[in-house]
Amino acid sequence: MNDVRRLKILVADDTDTDRLILESIVRKEGHAVVSACNGLQAVEVYRAERPDIVLLDALMPELDGFGAARKIKELAGDELVPIIFLTSLSDTESLVQCLDAGGDDFLSKPYNRIILQAKIKSFNRMRELHSTMLTQRDQIVQYNNRLLQEQTVAKHVFDNVAHSGCLNANNVRYFLSSLAVFNGDVLVAAQRPSGSMMVLLGDFTGHGLPAAIGAMPLASTFYGMVPKGFSMTDILREINGKLKNILPVGIFCCAVMMDINFRKRKIKIWNGGLPDCFVHHHADGSITAIKSTHLPLGVLSNRAFKDDCEYFDLEKNDRIFVWSDGIHEARNATGEMFGEQRLKQVFANNRNQNRLFDEIIEGVQQFVGGGEKDDDLSLLEIRMDEPERVNAYAKEASDRYGNSDVEWSMRFEVKPTSFKVFDPLPMLLNVLMEVPSLRAFSSTLYTILAELYTNALEHGVLKLDSGLKQTPDGFSEYYRLREERINLVDSGYVRINISHKTNENGGLLRVRIEDSGGGFDYSNRDDNGLTAFGYSGRGIGLVEKLCGGVKYSGRGNIAEVDFSWVSDD
Amino acid sequence: MAITSTVSPDGNQVTIYIQGRFDFSSHQEFRSAYEKLSHAPSHYRVDLQGTSYLDSSALGMLLLLRDYAGGEQSSIQIVNCAPDVKKILLISNFEQLFDIQ
Repeated sequence: MNDVRRLKILVADDTDTDRLILESIVRKEGHAVVSACNGLQAVEVYRAERPDIVLLDALMPELDGFGAARKIKELAGDELVPIIFLTSLSDTESLVQCLDAGGDDFLSKPYNRIILQAKIKSFNRMRELHSTMLTQRDQIVQYNNRLLQEQTVAKHVFDNVAHSGCLNANNVRYFLSSLAVFNGDVLVAAQRPSGSMMVLLGDFTGHGLPAAIGAMPLASTFYGMVPKGFSMTDILREINGKLKNILPVGIFCCAVMMDINFRKRKIKIWNGGLPDCFVHHHADGSITAIKSTHLPLGVLSNRAFKDDCEYFDLEKNDRIFVWSDGIHEARNATGEMFGEQRLKQVFANNRNQNRLFDEIIEGVQQFVGGGEKDDDLSLLEIRMDEPERVNAYAKEASDRYGNSDVEWSMRFEVKPTSFKVFDPLPMLLNVLMEVPSLRAFSSTLYTILAELYTNALEHGVLKLDSGLKQTPDGFSEYYRLREERINLVDSGYVRINISHKTNENGGLLRVRIEDSGGGFDYSNRDDNGLTAFGYSGRGIGLVEKLCGGVKYSGRGNIAEVDFSWVSDD
Repeated sequence: MAITSTVSPDGNQVTIYIQGRFDFSSHQEFRSAYEKLSHAPSHYRVDLQGTSYLDSSALGMLLLLRDYAGGEQSSIQIVNCAPDVKKILLISNFEQLFDIQ
């Protein structure tokens, strides 16, 4: 019995000799013994000593073994205390009564030492197994509680990030249901400075926490960029790049993104991997489906990413429906999917357009019935309406932009002492980037400003000759001279005039740069600088390509370009 | 305007990375990135991943590199261009002179 640790065993028997025999057997096995000579005493000793195993005579004064067994089991609670009845009875009924009272086994008198050893050993194994199980059960309960608590806190953070914005506008309805605490579907909406509304519905592969994690950078990028007026394609690219970087291969985000212009009643839409969106026409109840023409977000590198969008003109009260595949793939009890046909049927059966949204949800829920939900399910409806009826912000922005002539101009002059210490380009570019619709063109605008300013400074003020740049050493010499002269310059100027004017479709930026230099004879200028083979002379060619031409005036010391853009609001 | 470069273990390829604005102020750094190598590599890569803007003097510098690397016989890849940067390269017909990825 070396493999059984020292146990504490209660021996309860009213017959002194029987009890003494049993005590000595148990003690010889190396166990500790506590004893009692009746049922009541047995319960008391159990309470005080908490023995591991109880040996109980069936027939005892005060309280018999059956009664004592019930009490002891009650006191033991969850813990397993094996009770072995000691009995000289051998009729079936008495033995059954032993087990009914909570006994685990019985041992017939006279005692067989070998059998007693075996039973103690066997019950001890069972007791240990039971106690391991209890510990594990308690751990699981504890882990589960902690997990749920953590998820609840995380969900609070997540919901604040992923489901805020302007979803409470009058013309938006949405439904998101999820399989777990976290939702693998993400819905974000925000308004651009122009008052148009951008909405993105995404469905990450998988469910729960792993899927929700990707929603955080998506949402923060979206809410960071939309109010600043970035174009939809810039935002899509940024989100795509982020997701591609952080998500493991195989996790990506099917998504639809829309830019809804209430003033012009236009929508611009990009669908990467979600089911066809429906435009429901108010006038005749017909449907235009908008297919997915792109790969989901987070699959392609930004270089391979395609951002071309589709444009639609809508009428007032036309509705756009966007959904995750949870609707199409909702299964009923027999495993059949809801499917696009049934979805179209809901539209066909509709009588009151205001009820369409509810009818879709009801249709899916009735179809699923008691069937098991196996995907997150999301539905979004946006109704085209007057800006003033969408929300206060859309109205205000529309009033501001509807009256479309926004006009300003700025003049900036760089004086001799500034040339060597100050580069005006970053500052000018920063000013231009405050105009939301110009942000998409930051790189192009930089090139235009840089080329014109560089020409004015280097040829006009510093009187450098780009003829120097014919050879590699000449190239270096040119910049050495530039450095030398810029430190000595004590006269001259570069004046930069920028004027900006918007119109219904976009706007016009006019940049005029004048320098103090002697100019050049622009009547003979060969306007195809880009075919030159030297190391220089490409600057103006670039500007001409980007602006459609450069106009010179004065003595050739004034260059003027028009950069016009079409805004995609 | 930070310019860094790495040489492949066999010394046959140098990769030049340009961060931020690529303009005349990077001229010395850019030039020394390929002129100071002890062993002339057979392949050059210019990585524009971190390049936000470039101007015509940068175009001139790329041409200097091309001539240094053997002109018509040179093997120069320009990789990881942002769309705007690529647009400038294409407007300048640089795809005829470089392998633009």
